[in-house]
Amino acid sequence: MCVTCGCSDEANVTLTNMETGVKTAIEEHHHTHTLPDGTVITHSHHHQEKEHHQTHSHTLTEGTVVTHTHTSSTINSPQIHAQIHAKTISLEEKLLQKNDLIAAQNRGWFKGRNVLALNLVSSPGSGKTTLLTRTIKDLKDNLSISVIEGDQETANDAQKIRETGCKVVQINTGTGCHLEASMIERGYQELKPEPNSILMIENVGNLVCPALFDLGEYAKVAILSVTEGEDKPIKYPHMFRESKVMILTKIDLLPYVPFDLNLCLEYAKQVNPKIEIFQVSSLTGEGLSNWYNWLKQTLKVETF
Amino acid sequence: MHELGITHNIVAIVIENAQGLTVKRVTVEIGQLSAIMPDAIRFCFDICCQGTILDGTTLEIIEIPGLGKCRHCGTRIPLSQPFGQCYNCGSIELEIIQGQELKIKEMEVEEICV
Repeated sequence: MCVTCGCSDEANVTLTNMETGVKTAIEEHHHTHTLPDGTVITHSHHHQEKEHHQTHSHTLTEGTVVTHTHTSSTINSPQIHAQIHAKTISLEEKLLQKNDLIAAQNRGWFKGRNVLALNLVSSPGSGKTTLLTRTIKDLKDNLSISVIEGDQETANDAQKIRETGCKVVQINTGTGCHLEASMIERGYQELKPEPNSILMIENVGNLVCPALFDLGEYAKVAILSVTEGEDKPIKYPHMFRESKVMILTKIDLLPYVPFDLNLCLEYAKQVNPKIEIFQVSSLTGEGLSNWYNWLKQTLKVETF
Repeated sequence: MHELGITHNIVAIVIENAQGLTVKRVTVEIGQLSAIMPDAIRFCFDICCQGTILDGTTLEIIEIPGLGKCRHCGTRIPLSQPFGQCYNCGSIELEIIQGQELKIKEMEVEEICV
């Protein structure tokens, strides 16, 4: 949010438990850092760096050790400091490390409980929620599925999922454009998915930013509808490259829209030769059995 | 627009490591296949630095070109997007070996001595 993605401090990320209706704010502004000397500090973004007081020691040529304290405003005072010279500090710090660490913890949590976590990504309006509700209804006698629902605003999608009888929490990212690993951590702590089950994470509709953020999921599943244009995979290659699976939805509309199916499949394979593709219609049910078989097989292979 | 947040992250990490010293220059490595726009980072940097010890700090961005390696014949292929085709054997199975970097490489601070 304020630190890791593109939104303002007022992003107001909230988590809503759809069973209890309780809505809580996800506090992101306090965090912990380890300094190079091993000191661990926890601070908020309101920390006034300008008021930073600094105490340090210098060893003079004759061996005398001088320790003194000053604030940043006295740093350039010639009376105190005879010489200022530049020093280069090597950092090699990965910018998404904080997110990646939490994602790794999430992955361990899922693995330990045999939970198959899938991160559903697409542009808005591709049919993610419709596919999800249909999948839950069709599989609920055989498989346990729970859902973390991500949207900027409203609990509308979570409400639709809730109506299927499935456990769901809604995460509203405010002005944020994607889900992050820390939000998923809060989500499953609230949801408590049962062992040997599937956790569907419906990401914010956006084909760009979610590609960068590992949530700790087993796979990203990219959803693309035939009303969007066959060149989406090469227009947004990062997302399709990151995904293990692509689901082409709304295939019942193929006779009515100018969509070159073969070219789309070719583009997807060009970006990601290993991507597994399912062609489905959530409306008529066509092709869904292949997707369901993949879910069952993957849950079995991954967890037993 | 994840670049604004990433720039916030750069500023926060540098401030922590500077421990109050004046920072003259920050060098960031961004791979050309990383889905991060250097221009957007530059645009955000000055704004993110305002009111911090990084006010006036120079941002240096090293852009690292994309490079793939063919999984079939081992040929190295320059890439401007995260996919492509081997010009030697025609395979599209390329492993990206360079161009996805996103890190703060180093920072230059003013060291004060008595």
